[in-house]
Formats: sequence, structure tokens, C-alpha cells
Amino acid sequence: MAEARGPSIQLRDVWKDFVKRGRRVEALRAIEVAVEVNEFAALLGPSGCGKSTLLNMVAGFDRPTRGEVLVNGVRVERPDPSRAVVFQEPALFPWYTVLDNITFGPKTRGLRPAAYQPRVDALLEQVGLEGFESHYPAELSGGMKQRVGIARVLVMEPQVLLMDEPFGSLDAQTRLVMQELLLSVWERHHQTVLFVTHDVEEALLLADSVSVMTARPGRIKKRISVELPRPRALELTTSAAFNDLKREVLSLIREESRRAAVQSGG
Amino acid sequence: MPRRGPWFVLLPLALLLLWHAAVARQWVAPGIIPAPSQVAESWYRWIFGAAGTSLSPYSGTWLANVLYSSRRVLQGFLIAAALGIPLGLFIGWNRLVSNLVDPSIQLLRPVPITAWLPFSIAVFGIYDTGALFLIGLGAFYPIVVNTTHGVRDTNLLLLRAARMLGASETTILGKVVFPSALPSIFTGLRLGVGVAWTAVIVAEMIAVKSGLGYVLWDAYYVGRMDICVATMCSVGMLGFLSDRLIHGAACVLLRWRALEAHG
Repeated sequence: MAEARGPSIQLRDVWKDFVKRGRRVEALRAIEVAVEVNEFAALLGPSGCGKSTLLNMVAGFDRPTRGEVLVNGVRVERPDPSRAVVFQEPALFPWYTVLDNITFGPKTRGLRPAAYQPRVDALLEQVGLEGFESHYPAELSGGMKQRVGIARVLVMEPQVLLMDEPFGSLDAQTRLVMQELLLSVWERHHQTVLFVTHDVEEALLLADSVSVMTARPGRIKKRISVELPRPRALELTTSAAFNDLKREVLSLIREESRRAAVQSGG
Repeated sequence: MPRRGPWFVLLPLALLLLWHAAVARQWVAPGIIPAPSQVAESWYRWIFGAAGTSLSPYSGTWLANVLYSSRRVLQGFLIAAALGIPLGLFIGWNRLVSNLVDPSIQLLRPVPITAWLPFSIAVFGIYDTGALFLIGLGAFYPIVVNTTHGVRDTNLLLLRAARMLGASETTILGKVVFPSALPSIFTGLRLGVGVAWTAVIVAEMIAVKSGLGYVLWDAYYVGRMDICVATMCSVGMLGFLSDRLIHGAACVLLRWRALEAHG
């Protein structure tokens, strides 16, 4: 793979409007984002701030009203396996087994089993799905489903991994397990990651940078570098450095929610 | 789930007793409605009697007529499914096809299958083709409508997932939209086979000279109400059986869905 020049993901002056019940709603305003190659970037913001909309535009599911979205220097026009997405709902194909879900991408590309089977086996081991290959999604817990959701995109060896609150619908325990799992998987693959969340601790634990977004219309309020040592584990969340960062982010959020409350008169 | 037990036989048994009492005590005019025992006896002879030798012209002809009707239903139903499922997929998937075809289907659909009978005889004559046209047309509507509905119901997130994984539109149609619509398609098939049995009786009563519908009308003309009732029961059983067959196929093919319901 040729070394891409400049940032891996770049949003240049991106605006996004929606029409809702005949009224124009401004979802995103003048977004500037740059995610470097191999960076794990988190987008942190309150629900409804347009962070999923932003991610959908990088995925190619949606187009900006103004501005442009570039991935490795190429303008995003449509979804592509090089930009893998892990959704909040696992979005697995319920009629396929775990194995068939994971091999959906490689098979669609017309690869022979010999070409992808070793990678599939390695991934099954890495995400802890060994022995569940012939299960249907309905037989799996929420955490297990999300493991399949991660494995089926990693098998495509994407350049960019887009994660839309992937652990948002999991219980607190499972969430922690999945965060550590993601850290260990990321240590091996080191893709560029854009990770959307509203969980401050999750963002700081996982990411190299946290971009805090404002309430609607969504703008990037501030980008904070998370210079905590890697490899990271859950224990990190109790360290002083972590808590300093957390305090900083929380004060940004408090400022923002106060502004939003004044704005909406609530 | 409540215990099934043999409770389901209670109501049919009570109805049978009521029927018997109505005839035996002459609550209805005598000679019009046959007693259950009489129907059972005639039905038995119709099935097992020696053909052509007995006094009754119906003796031993049951199986042949059942096969005539079943074959027509199967053929008409298969034609309807072969046309209805692909067309429903395209109507549900493609805006252009939908705009082009769907309004015509919705306009023609309210025309009852019985109203097509004179047209069918005029065009196809008193042959099997006419019967197949009516059966196929009747079964086609529920199949195409339910397939279309199933396709339009496909989860947007699954479509996005498939696109993100690099699937072409053809792959998405085959591997995402079709399996996703399959439960709805099976609903259409079950409704369709029901209409097919209705249509075969109507068609055989008028447009052809064989099958259970023909026997029904013929028996009515010669005053054999016992055979009429036996025919009704036969058609009911065959309709039930074909519905169970499709339901069984659905259970095998939609195993993933059963897991979902219990999971």
C-alpha cells in the first residue's frame, strides 16, 4: 500500500442540512476534521449533535450539503470496503451464521476460501468467537454480536475503521470487556479509527485524540490530544493523568450543555 | 404455551353431533341435507369403491379427481410463484419498475377471480389452459403484493452494511433483500395457495370437465348432496394440507427466524 500523503480522513468546511417536516435543520456547521494515518480519533458529543451524521458522510452513506470529505486524498462518493463501519446495532445478517457473516465481504469480493480462511481463523481467535462459527446472530448476546460486527469488517483489512457508538447498547460490564478487546485488536492492526461516542471515559481510554462537539448545529468545539502511554488497559482510567484529561473534557461539555440549555430555553 | 392436549377435537365433535341431530330430528326438511354417517359412507365408496361396476357413477373416482385438481393447483401456483416472486422483488426494489407496473396490478387486483371466468372461457375455451389462467391469476396477486411489501421492509442498516462490505446491487438483492423478504414471501405463498384452491373449484365447475369442482357441480345437479358435502370436505383437507406443506418449508428455510423469536 502506498503511503498516503496528508491526513487519512479529512473533512474540509463540511456543512450538513436536513429537511425535517418541511423545515430546514442545520445539523453540522463548518466542520474541520483531520485524522492522521493510524490515529485513533474519537468524536465526543451529546446525542443529536450530528456526530453520527458526520460518520455517515465519511462512510459514504450520506453527502455533505457543502464542503468535502476526503479519505486518503480521495473524495468520498459512496460506501466502500476500504472504509469499514461498525454500527451501534450490530446489523448482522440474521439468516447467516457467524462464519457466513464474517466471510460475507471476502466472498462478495470473489476471493477463494484459501485466500481469506487464515485471516478469518486469526480474527475468530482475536475477538473470542472460536466455537461460535455456526451460531446464528439470534443465539448470541449483544457483546458477541458486536464481536462479529468487528470481525466481519476487519477481515476486509480496511484502511479506515468507522465506529458509531459500537458499544452504546451494551451493558456496563460487557462494555468494559469490549473496550479492552478493541484496544487489543487495534494494537495488532493499527488502522485509522474514527470512533463516535458520548462516553467521556470510553473516548479517553481508547483514543489518541478526542474532538468534543457542540450541541446542534454540531461544530468541533475543541480537539484534545490524549497522550497516555500504550498499550492501554482499563486500569488507566484510575490514573491521575487520565482524570486530569477527564476533568478538562467534562468542563468543556458542561460549558456546552449550559449553552444549549440557554438556547433551547430549557 | 398452554397445553394443546386433545381439546381441539371438542368443537368439531360438537358440530358433528349438532349436524347429526339436525338431520335425525328433522330440524331441516328431510332429504335435503344428508346425515354425517351418510356422507361418510358415500365418501368411503367414492374413494374405495370399484370403479365402473357399482351403481354409483362416483364409485372409485375420488383419487383421479383429487389428482386432476391437485395437478391444476400445483401448476397454476407454480406459474404464479415463478412470476410473482421475481416481479415483486423488482417492484419493491426498483422505483422505475414500481411506477411502471404496480398501479396496473393494484387496479386489476380488485377484479374478483370469478369475474374473469367468462373472459377466460372466451379466450382459452373449455380446456386446462383456462383453469390454469384463473388459478395462476388468483394466486399471483397475494404473492406479488406480499413479496413487494417484504422487499420494502428490508432494514436500511442491513443494506448499508452490505454496501459497506462491497456488495453490488445484484448481490444485495440476492443475499440481503431476498432473505429479508422471505418471511413475507411465504405469507404470500400461503395466501396464494388458498386462492388457488378457490379458483380451481370455480374453474372446474364451469370451464373443464374433470376434478373436484366438476364433481361438486355435477353431484349438485343430480341431487347427490352427500357427494357435494364429501367434496367440500375433500377440498378443505387438501387446502389444509397444502398450507401445512408451505408452512413446513418456511419453518425449514426460516430457521434463523425461529431462533430470533425464542432468543
